[in-house]
Amino acid sequence: MILGRAFEDMCAQMYYRGKMFGFVHLYNGQEAVSTGFIKLLKREDSVVSTYRDHVHALSKGVPARAVMSELFGKTTGCCRGQGGSMHMFSKEHNLIGGFAFIGEGIPVATGAAFSSKYRREVLKEADCDHVTLAFFGDGTCNNGQFFECLNMAALWKLPIVFVVENNLWAIGMSHMRATSDPEIWKKGPAFGMPGVHVDGMDVLKVREVAKEAIGRARRGEGPTLVECETYRFRGHSLADPDELRDPAEKAHYAARDPITALKKYMIENSLASEAELKAIEKKIDEVVEDAVEFADESPLPSRSQLLENVFADPRGFGIGPDGRYRCEDPKFTEGTAHV
Amino acid sequence: MFGIIMQRMTVRDALNSALDEEMSADPKVFLMGEEVGEYQGAYKISKGLLDKYGPERVLDTPITEAGFTGIGVGAAYHGLKPVIEFMTFNFSMQIVVDEVISVWDFRWVLLKLSPVALQSWLLMQAIDHIINSAAKSNYMSAGQISVPIVFRGPNGAAAGVGAQHSQCYASWYASCPGLKVLAPYSSEDARGLLKAAIRDPDPVVFLENELLYGETFPVSAEVLDSSFCVPIGKAKIEREGKDVTITAFSKMVGYALKAAEILAKEGISAEVINLRSIRPLDRDTINASVRKTNRLVTVEEGFPQHGVGAEICASVVEESFGYLDAPVERIAGADVPMPYAANLERLAVPQLKLLFGLLFRFLTAKAFIWPFVEDIVRAAKRSCYRSVPMAAAA
Repeated sequence: MILGRAFEDMCAQMYYRGKMFGFVHLYNGQEAVSTGFIKLLKREDSVVSTYRDHVHALSKGVPARAVMSELFGKTTGCCRGQGGSMHMFSKEHNLIGGFAFIGEGIPVATGAAFSSKYRREVLKEADCDHVTLAFFGDGTCNNGQFFECLNMAALWKLPIVFVVENNLWAIGMSHMRATSDPEIWKKGPAFGMPGVHVDGMDVLKVREVAKEAIGRARRGEGPTLVECETYRFRGHSLADPDELRDPAEKAHYAARDPITALKKYMIENSLASEAELKAIEKKIDEVVEDAVEFADESPLPSRSQLLENVFADPRGFGIGPDGRYRCEDPKFTEGTAHV
Repeated sequence: MFGIIMQRMTVRDALNSALDEEMSADPKVFLMGEEVGEYQGAYKISKGLLDKYGPERVLDTPITEAGFTGIGVGAAYHGLKPVIEFMTFNFSMQIVVDEVISVWDFRWVLLKLSPVALQSWLLMQAIDHIINSAAKSNYMSAGQISVPIVFRGPNGAAAGVGAQHSQCYASWYASCPGLKVLAPYSSEDARGLLKAAIRDPDPVVFLENELLYGETFPVSAEVLDSSFCVPIGKAKIEREGKDVTITAFSKMVGYALKAAEILAKEGISAEVINLRSIRPLDRDTINASVRKTNRLVTVEEGFPQHGVGAEICASVVEESFGYLDAPVERIAGADVPMPYAANLERLAVPQLKLLFGLLFRFLTAKAFIWPFVEDIVRAAKRSCYRSVPMAAAA
């Protein structure tokens, strides 16, 4: 959680210094949800996220260096600088996005869960019990794709957990103004799956619920809808003036900061001393500083990278005027071939 | 005429004032979209409108593109005049069903549905409403139901926003009969075309550009008048010339004008046409211009294949073949999803290179780069200096 917070704060700094650009959406305040859920997963389990995906990537195991480089647009980033803040992918860690559109990740996650079931039942990989977690917000819960996927996941008993990070705001649209029945967890039973509400500012409570939900999915009992009541301390993105949220509301949730709460819990229950916690914070600061340095020193993508990865089979670029596939001409990727 | 005082107005204010005036003139006009009300508009285009017209006419919607697009169309069927704002036209593509996992359920659906409904399943759903419930309704109902709706929002790329926020949808929508597709450039265009769009009885797709919102243009008193309107289907000649015609729309008009300045210093007089209307395309003005200059360069931000330039080229070849002294040059966006890395994104906007001496296709292959002023200049020169016909002299 500390890594998530320190990383996001550094992102804000870097953005204002011009090292990062475009749309950047920070996760401050919601760390308990990411940590509570993702830390229970195996490497083969998949995570699908939205544009607010930096911390999901970090929780899943993508190195801070790779994420920071990606944000700087460098070739050492997890997507070689091609994806950016909103499109984090990592095949190695099974982080399958990073989607800019609301609700877009939910069907993709449902598909990933489907593939897990398919591999077990059709391809007979008996030990394939991979679970998928789909993270999305309150605004998404009014979108058609969400309902379609709840239906299909329950119908086919897919190993997926739908995690709603209800931070009460979709940019400037309050959840209460946008939703006929604001209690999102209730939508689960309507589709035949359990719906659970949990305090998303308390990492231990989130972890309890997550254990249950992930366990259910892994045993093949089907999907669960978990609504985590949480809050984002910063605006929707670094370009959002954040004028519409009531300061009293912000203060209320700031007092429930998941990191502060956990620290207090650990100290009160003698699980760690202040000194140990400070040491952790210091270590994390070093990790984040190192990530920034690494990203700074990394090279920008070379010109020839522009046309790479458009197709898995680059013959998709067609046949050139000389009768050969364009991709076979080295000048093509260097951008010096004439068309 | 002397003594005309020109005011200056940003495109944002032009759009805002147009919306304001049309809403004031006709109570059937209402605005619907994400963040248009309390947030004052995601790009502040609808600033102040909620306070002025109230929440019944300026409606903040949940994130439900397919839903509210369809709702707008339904309202238009009954004579209301909705203006639907998309936060970006990329969002008009909102997919409701993931085809990868549902593909086998479509089999029975395909068998049962009529060809019109069939398309609805296969297309993405908000664009589904724009095309299938809006564009085609007047035809399908034999004129009984017209759809006086406007779909507006930023189109094309901004800066650093990645692949899913950067596509230009002009040619996607322009290929559909029943739709009118407009792309303003200046504040005058923005005001006049938006007013015309709102007054028009047919569905209009109004493609704005995020990077143009903050740009200021001079506007005359005539433009500021509340009855001002620009006719749909008429292009504007922004700069007259006699050596080569350059067509462009939206942000690219600015680039084309800059290119024309550079070319003028080299003794090439370029005529810049601001298309304004992608559908219907003003083929008349374009062809008349080409018949005068004998050369054509088309510029657009979108992907090259099946783009606006392709249609213009076809039109000119069909109607003014004998007048062309050189093949048509097409400048289009990079034929790749928009990369995030700043240098790759800019690669398509190559840094100022002094390549004016080069008269041959060189370096950045034209169909694979982001259009930039230099490319327009190069293409225009290629067009002008090509004097030997390609066909062998018999």
